[in-house]
Amino acid sequence: MAAQVRVLRQRIRSAKGMKKITKAMELVATSRIAKAQARVEASLPYAQAITGVLTALASNARIDHPLLTPRERVRRAGVLLVTADRGLAGGYSSNAIKTAESLVARLRADGKEPVLYVIGRKGLSFFRFRDRPMEANWTGFSEQPTFADARTVGETLIKAFSAGADDVDGDPGPDGTRGIDELHIVYTEFKSLMTQIPVAKVIGPMQVEDRPRSEGALPAYEFEPEAEALLDALLPKYINTRIYAALLESAASESAARRRAMKSATDNAEEMIEKYTREMNSARQAGITQEISEIVGGANALAASGSEV
Amino acid sequence: MAQQLHVELVAVEEKVWSGEAEMVVARTTEGELGVLAGHAPLLGQLAEPGQVRIKQAGGEQIVYDIAGGFLSVTGEGVTVLAESATPATPAR
Repeated sequence: MAAQVRVLRQRIRSAKGMKKITKAMELVATSRIAKAQARVEASLPYAQAITGVLTALASNARIDHPLLTPRERVRRAGVLLVTADRGLAGGYSSNAIKTAESLVARLRADGKEPVLYVIGRKGLSFFRFRDRPMEANWTGFSEQPTFADARTVGETLIKAFSAGADDVDGDPGPDGTRGIDELHIVYTEFKSLMTQIPVAKVIGPMQVEDRPRSEGALPAYEFEPEAEALLDALLPKYINTRIYAALLESAASESAARRRAMKSATDNAEEMIEKYTREMNSARQAGITQEISEIVGGANALAASGSEV
Repeated sequence: MAQQLHVELVAVEEKVWSGEAEMVVARTTEGELGVLAGHAPLLGQLAEPGQVRIKQAGGEQIVYDIAGGFLSVTGEGVTVLAESATPATPAR
């Protein structure tokens, strides 16, 4: 009896320790969500401004830019997957990976060769474990991405995309590198604190979003330098901005997923502590009852034997 | 008093400065340029590394060092887009 009480007491202690840890992680994740959301907010003015500038540029000048025109034949399609660096975030990373896998399967079915670019240690270990080749991967910034990180990723992708322009069937083409003809990004959209949805989007060739609703009201712009040169300089920046936005949103989603996972772990620990405490109390009570009944039984036996003598 | 001009200076990670000013001076790849209220719409790439000077009413001047910047002038005002913008050390 006493042994059982001791075991239960130990279990309660470890559940309490676990609860402290998960509670702390929950709090950290909560503050990270707020921070990540603030950063999404802070990046909006630039995103809106650059979209406005691009729209103005695209509607003022008819230009064929390799980053804007769909390729005639798509042989290789790049997939940029954003996952977490750390676990304990519920289904966050695995949901993103699942979405990427279905995209990869779809690309294969369309006769395109998928090329993987992976952000985050979780995605990296998933593909490495399965011996699946990755073109490039980046880790270490999934929770707090900076624009410099987005630019590093963006530059690699843009280079691959431009290198894909001259590829001939299975042959790297004149520039000697096999590029990609299409670029997809898989990241987790932050809908609300409770809902985060992994999505797959095409970012190359690009469709300039938010076409002006009121046509004709656009002013005739002067360009310095020429519109072509300007577009050349602006488009890569726009892609980087898109990637940065995706990274920020994924970071917010990751923290939200982690908060939820840690919250249910804390709740679970609380439940366990309650259950074990009940069990321990009833075990202790049973022990006491037994001791009393032993004493009473002993006394009765003594009394019975004494009266006989 | 000269007409006022609405200026916004936005970097990728945050909005750096916004407010009213008399003139914005920047250097595009084509040359130095001063924008007053009522300037014709213009899109320009800023020279690298570049400085943007915002002259406010009363002669005060705000200077930022800009990397990877663009200048957009519309009827509503001036928007400076930058990959990074840091306040320049005051050089009078």
